[in-house]
Amino acid sequence: MMRLGRFLVAGEASGSALVLAEPLSFWGGVDVGTGAIIDKSHPDLGRNIAGRILVMPCGRGSSSSSSVLAEAIRRGVGPLAIVMARPDPILTVGSIVARSLYDLCCPIVVATIEGVATDDEVKITALESAAQIDVAGSGHNQP
Amino acid sequence: MTLQLTSYDQSLLGGEQGSAAASAMKILVAFAEAIGAEALLDITQAHVDGCLYHGEVSLDFVERLVQGGGRVRVPTTLNVGALDLIHPEIMRIGTSREAPARRLMEAHEALGCHPSFTCAPYQTLFRPSFGEQIAWGESNAIVFANSVIGARTNRYGDFIDLCCALTGRAPAWGLHLDENRSGRLLFRLSNFPDSSIASDSLYVAVGLIVGERSDERIPVIEGLPPPRDEDQLKAFGAAAASTGSVGLFHAVGVTPEAPSLAAAFAGGTPDETIVVRPADIDDALRRLSTVPEGAPIAAVCLGTPHFSRREWDRLLRLLDATKARRCVPIYVNTGRATLQGLEQDGLLRDIDRFNLIPVVDTCTYITAILERLDGAVMTNSGKWAHYAPGNIGVEVAFGDLDDCLASAAAGRVTRLRR
Repeated sequence: MMRLGRFLVAGEASGSALVLAEPLSFWGGVDVGTGAIIDKSHPDLGRNIAGRILVMPCGRGSSSSSSVLAEAIRRGVGPLAIVMARPDPILTVGSIVARSLYDLCCPIVVATIEGVATDDEVKITALESAAQIDVAGSGHNQP
Repeated sequence: MTLQLTSYDQSLLGGEQGSAAASAMKILVAFAEAIGAEALLDITQAHVDGCLYHGEVSLDFVERLVQGGGRVRVPTTLNVGALDLIHPEIMRIGTSREAPARRLMEAHEALGCHPSFTCAPYQTLFRPSFGEQIAWGESNAIVFANSVIGARTNRYGDFIDLCCALTGRAPAWGLHLDENRSGRLLFRLSNFPDSSIASDSLYVAVGLIVGERSDERIPVIEGLPPPRDEDQLKAFGAAAASTGSVGLFHAVGVTPEAPSLAAAFAGGTPDETIVVRPADIDDALRRLSTVPEGAPIAAVCLGTPHFSRREWDRLLRLLDATKARRCVPIYVNTGRATLQGLEQDGLLRDIDRFNLIPVVDTCTYITAILERLDGAVMTNSGKWAHYAPGNIGVEVAFGDLDDCLASAAAGRVTRLRR
């Protein structure tokens, strides 16, 4: 299954999806040492974003989330890429700065997220002018 | 729709003004493209919220700019850090956390930022004027600049505010543009008896409700009584920017872009109208306290956002009227320039008598300062009450300033009017 979107931060990534039911604030919501979700009010509390294609409706909360995302990427516990239904300037900044400082790439893409399930294999190609997202359904909640 | 850069932008990007300016411009351009801005615009000043340490990335970012010869291109104030540099003896932070926090504050100064270390830059000589294009970080400062002053800034933050300062440019989008500043959502205050409406806590409570209900829409508030002073609007904005992401509000007949309801909506009609009644106020304030009336307290914290000179004058008058030493310490967060003014005027000579502890450059809800944590903390700040339980793990009680002073004297939560 292929879908098109647009990218906020360009790049390529492929890996298994972690689909969050609700927006996640990185500041206060992600442990930068491990990548674990630590927001007690979040339904995906205890899951880990490290090395996953993070899929969620949008970002949430404080502008300090830029720093937390960049620090998680620096420490190697950030997501491989982020796919959101709505754009988020704060996470965009975090990814741009991680690329600028450390040459580490975490593409950020805006696209429809319906029909993507946790553990699906997702491949993101966001280079020229658009983003292509290929989803191979191996997830548990496949419709 | 692509981003158009001027020759000045190109010269920064090409490294003609140094490597730090080039790397700041690269980040700014990448950001402007991501959000779909069509151009950059000149800013007259910046307020940078980068002095709180979030990990090595915080230092890597600023120190690379220092090494690249970076200098801010517009007057730039700094938000709080994690340390009180004027009163280091009150800090209870270990050396392993103190060293990077200090380095980060100093690195910002090395870029030419003014060491204001305050979350209330609108109380300083750098206060902008109506219509000025600025790039400010820190949620309460942003909402104050946009709403109370009528200056124009988006909700900037980590990294980008400093990139704007180093280039003197910001993306022309969002709240910088007149067409994006009109109201979308109406809050109408209804059924308030005249006697209840002048209290500080009303502004905090309405702010909390507006933050919770506005989402990304610009709120307009009708029926908000004329404030005693701008500190009540400061408390309102800080509360709204704590429970939500409000960057601009219009209070009809109060704030400069809302002389009338029609002006606040620029002739349009609200998407939705929410009626706020006295019972909603009581409910919002009740939810803000985690302990009941009568609970023991270990401290009182005032000044979030930083206490203004006017608030200090009111506090000192209230304390003088009773004379007695307070049973628990009263911490007052304030800007270093405000503190200096008070010292020059000889107003702080016998504050020990009141167990009053001024804190500058930082704030008691983000770092380790409080000496005792064996009871709740009472505050008159909606923002402090909202964040402190999560940040520093304390129980909290909210009350008006006179409630806080009565509680400090009694050593337990005491409210005078309920």
